Amino acid sequence: MSQQWDVVIGLEIHVRLALASKLFSGASAKYGASPNSQVSFLDAALPGTLPVVNAKAIEYALRFGLSIDADIPEETRFARKNYFYPDLPKGYQISQMDDPIVGRGHIDIETEDGVKTVNITRAHLEEDAGKSIHDQYDDWTAIDLNRAGTALIEVVSEPEMVNAKEAVAYMRAIYNRVTFLGICDGNLQEGSFRCDANVSLKPQGSETLGTRAEIKNLNSFRFIEKAINFEIKRQKQLLESGQQVVQETRLYDAEKDQTRTMRGKEDANDYRYFPDPDLPALKITAEMLDKQRAAMPELPEAKLKRYIEEWQLREDEARQLAYDVAMSEFFEQSQALTDASPAENAKFLITDFNALLNEQDSDLKANKISATHYAGLLNAMSSGEISRKIAKQVLTDMWNSGKSAEAIIEQQGLAQISDSDALQTIITQVINDNPQQFEQLKAGNDKMFNYFVGQVMKQTKGQANPAQTKQILEELLNND
Amino acid sequence: MINLSLRELTHLLAQKKISTAELASVYLDRCKQFNPSLNALLHIDDDINPEHLLAAADHDGPLAGIPLIHKDLFSTQDVKTTAGSKMLSDYVPPFDATVVKKLKQAGMVSIAKANMDEFAMGSSNEYSYFGAVKNPWDFDRVPGGSSGGSAAAVAARLTPVATASDTGGSIRQPAALCGITGIKPSYGRVSRYGMIAFASSLDQGGVMAVSADDCALVLEAMMGHDALDSTSIEAEPWHWQAPRDAAMKGLKVGVIPAWLEQLKDDDIKQSTLQALETMVAQGAELVNVDLPHADLAVAAYYILAPAEASANLSRFDGIRFGHQSAETCDDINDMYRKTRSEGFGHEVQRRIMLGTWALSSGYYDDYYCQAQRIRHLISEDFKQAFSQVDVMAVPVSPEVAFKQGEKSDGVSMYQADQFTIPASLAGLPCLSMPIQAARNLPVGLQLIGPYFNEQAILSTAAKFQLVTDYHQRMPEAFL
Repeated sequence: MSQQWDVVIGLEIHVRLALASKLFSGASAKYGASPNSQVSFLDAALPGTLPVVNAKAIEYALRFGLSIDADIPEETRFARKNYFYPDLPKGYQISQMDDPIVGRGHIDIETEDGVKTVNITRAHLEEDAGKSIHDQYDDWTAIDLNRAGTALIEVVSEPEMVNAKEAVAYMRAIYNRVTFLGICDGNLQEGSFRCDANVSLKPQGSETLGTRAEIKNLNSFRFIEKAINFEIKRQKQLLESGQQVVQETRLYDAEKDQTRTMRGKEDANDYRYFPDPDLPALKITAEMLDKQRAAMPELPEAKLKRYIEEWQLREDEARQLAYDVAMSEFFEQSQALTDASPAENAKFLITDFNALLNEQDSDLKANKISATHYAGLLNAMSSGEISRKIAKQVLTDMWNSGKSAEAIIEQQGLAQISDSDALQTIITQVINDNPQQFEQLKAGNDKMFNYFVGQVMKQTKGQANPAQTKQILEELLNND
Repeated sequence: MINLSLRELTHLLAQKKISTAELASVYLDRCKQFNPSLNALLHIDDDINPEHLLAAADHDGPLAGIPLIHKDLFSTQDVKTTAGSKMLSDYVPPFDATVVKKLKQAGMVSIAKANMDEFAMGSSNEYSYFGAVKNPWDFDRVPGGSSGGSAAAVAARLTPVATASDTGGSIRQPAALCGITGIKPSYGRVSRYGMIAFASSLDQGGVMAVSADDCALVLEAMMGHDALDSTSIEAEPWHWQAPRDAAMKGLKVGVIPAWLEQLKDDDIKQSTLQALETMVAQGAELVNVDLPHADLAVAAYYILAPAEASANLSRFDGIRFGHQSAETCDDINDMYRKTRSEGFGHEVQRRIMLGTWALSSGYYDDYYCQAQRIRHLISEDFKQAFSQVDVMAVPVSPEVAFKQGEKSDGVSMYQADQFTIPASLAGLPCLSMPIQAARNLPVGLQLIGPYFNEQAILSTAAKFQLVTDYHQRMPEAFL
C-alpha cells in the first residue's frame, strides 16, 4: 500500500505599505520613477547618516495588528540583518527580530470544507532592498536604489495550511485585509504584495515536520497555487523513491511551471541579527492603539455579523460581501439608495453582477456602473417593473452605455406588462390560437399550464409579469 | 594671542581690536608652520572660508569668529572627510554633520580637519592611514587616540578649540596625554548625525580646548536634540554659567580606591592624590565609592563596540563611494574582499572580525548578550555611586604618553582604556582635565557626572582651574 502524506505549508508575506516616504528616510516611496531619482543620503548609506522611523509606518503596522486581533508588545525594537549585496547599501537591512511590532494573531480563510482560522505567528516592519538589474547591460549589473528603504511588513503564518488551495485562500485573506485597511495598494505587478511559501511533507498523522523547501518571491495567486502543487509533487516523488528533501530556497519558473534550486542550505547566510543601536526601542502606548482603533474601518468580521443580524442575509452571501472590500462598499452604497431588500441586492450582486464582471474580464475596481444607477435597477426589479432576466440584460447595457436603468428600460420598452387588461387580451388571444392545447389543459393535463405561460412570454418577448400571467390564466380556466 | 581664553578672544573681536579674518589667519599660519612636525591635521584650508566669515559676522554670540578644527570624523560639506582611512581618502560629503552645522551657525570659523585613528579605533593615533600624530610634548611619543589630532592641535595651540569624539575614551585619553581639557557629554546630548559611525551606542561627539570654560561655551552651542538622530535626547538644554570662585563646599566627590591602587606609575598616583587634595582644600568632601563590575568593562566593550562596528562598516563595499579595488575581480564577493582588504587598516579589520564573530550564530548569546548584561550592571553600579556623590574623580589613563611603536599588540593597547570605558558604557558625561605633570609629561584627572549633568563636571573642573594653572601650560616647541 502506498504511503499517504500530509502537506504542511506556511507563508511569509511581504506587504509594501502605501506610504509617501520610505521607512527611515524622507525620500519618496512612489513606484516607477526613473532609476535612482528617489535616493536620499541615507538610502545611499553615506557615512554618518542615521535612520529616523516613519511614524505612519508604525501606525499602519499597528492597524494591521489590531485587525488580526494580535498581541501588541509594549515596546518594539528594530534589528540589523547583516549580509552583503550591491542593492543593500548599508550592508545590513533594518528589520525586526525580538519584539516585533505585531505578535500572535489570527485570520479566517475560506476553504472547501468551510471557514478555517489560520494563526499568524508575527508581523514585523522592515525596509526593502534596492533592485539589481542583470539583463540591461552585457557586462554590468545595474542598481536602482529607488526601492531601497521602502517600508514593508512581513506577515509570518503558522505552518497550518494543508494544500495549495488553502495557501491561496490565506494569501487572499491577507491581501483583502491589507487592502481593506488601506495600508497597501495591493498592486501585485509592482511587487506590493509578495509571498514566500515553506512547503514540507510528512507521513500521514506524523507529529514531526518534514524537511521544508522555501519557494521565494511569488507574486500572483495563480502562480503560488501552481508552485506549491509542483513542489508537493516533487517532494512526494523524492520521498517515495527513498530520497530526501533538501532544505533549500527555490524559485518558481512560471514558463516551465516548475521550481528550481536558488540556493542550498550550505549557502545560507548567518545574518548575525542584533538590536539596531541607531534606533531606540519604541514604546507603544494605549493612545497610539486607540488612535488606530478609531481610524480603522469596520472589519469584515463585524460586517459579517451586521449583515446577518441586521440585514438577514444568508451566511454564505454575507461572508462573500463582508470579506471583499470593493463588494461590501458597493453593496452598502447601493443599499442606501434602493427600496429593494438587502437580500435581493446581495443575491443579484453576488450572482448576476459577478457574472457580468467575469464576462467583461473586469472587477469592481474598474466598475463602470454607479451605485445610483445600480440602485435604480434594483428598484425596477423589486417593484416588478422588470424581471430578473430582463434586469441582467439591462445591467449589461448599463455597463456598455453608461446609461441609467430607467433610461434603458424606457428606451427599449423593457418594462414588464403588468397591466391586467392588456395581459388578459394577450392571453385570450393565445388561447384562441391554441384550442387543442387548451382542451388538454382543461382535461387536467397540468403540463399544458406552463406551455401557455411560455407562449405568453414568447408573445411579449419576456415582458409579461409571470405571476400575473399565471393568475389570469388560472382565472380564465376556472371561469371557463 | 594664542594664550587667550575664548572669552578674551570674543572680547577682542567685539572691541574690534582684531578682525575675524585676522584671528583665523593667526591660527591658520600656525597650522601651516607647525603641522609638518606633528601631522595632527589632514586638511588645512588654503584660505579662510568666506562663508564662515560671513556667518561669523552675522552672529554676535560668544563663539562668533572663533576658529576651530573638526576631527575628520565629522562630515563637512564639500570638504574631504576621511575618518583617517584609505577607504575614504577621496570622500567628499555632500552635507554637514549637525555638529558642524551648529558651530557654523554659531559663527565659528573652521580652518582644518584633524587626524585620527582610522574610524576612531585606537588609543595612540598610530592607526591613521595618513600616518601617526606626534605628541607636542615629546615628538617620540603618541598623543593618545583616537582624537589624537584634535588633542595635539589644541595642545600646540594650532586652534583654540577642536571637536572630537569619544567611544571608549577617545576624547579623555588624548586630552590627558596632551595636557588639555576635553569633555565627552552624556550619550544622546550631541547629535551623531554626520559623524561617521564606529559604535553607534557609544559614539558621542564632544569638544577639546584649553580650559573647562572654553569647552563649556562650545559644548553649549553643539548640543541639543536633533530630529535626524533618533538617539539624541529631548532634554532641557542648560546655559553655562562659569563659577565665580573655586569654593567646593558641600561637593561630594566620589573616588574609587581600587582604581588608585591599580595605578602602577607612582608619579601619576601622586599627581592624582594631589589634585584630590586641591579639591578638598576648596571644601570638597571625598567619598569612597565602588563600581563592582567595572573590571569587566574592557572585555564587554571589546565585544559590543566591534559588534556594532562590524555592521556600521559594511557600507564601505566599493560600490557607491570610497575605495574600490583596481585589481581584476572574479565576482562580487572577490571585489568586496579585495576592496575591504585594501581599504581598511589592520586594526579596523581586526575589529570587524572580532565583531562579526561575536554576533555569529552560536556565539551571540555567550558574547554579545552577556556583554550587554555587563553593560547594564555597570550602569547600575554608577547609579548606586551617584546616590552618594555629586561627581566622581578618577584616573584617565594608567600611564603617561607612551613611545610610538611601544604597544605592538592590540590587547595591551585595549588595556589603556580601562578607566575610560566604564563611563562610556553607562553613557555618562565625563571629562579629562590637566593636573600635575609626571616627568614633564601631562597627566589628566577624569571627572564623571550623573546622566545628563554636564554642568556638574564642567563647573568642578572650572573651579579647579581657577586655582591651578596646569591647563595653561603648553609645550615649549610651540611658544
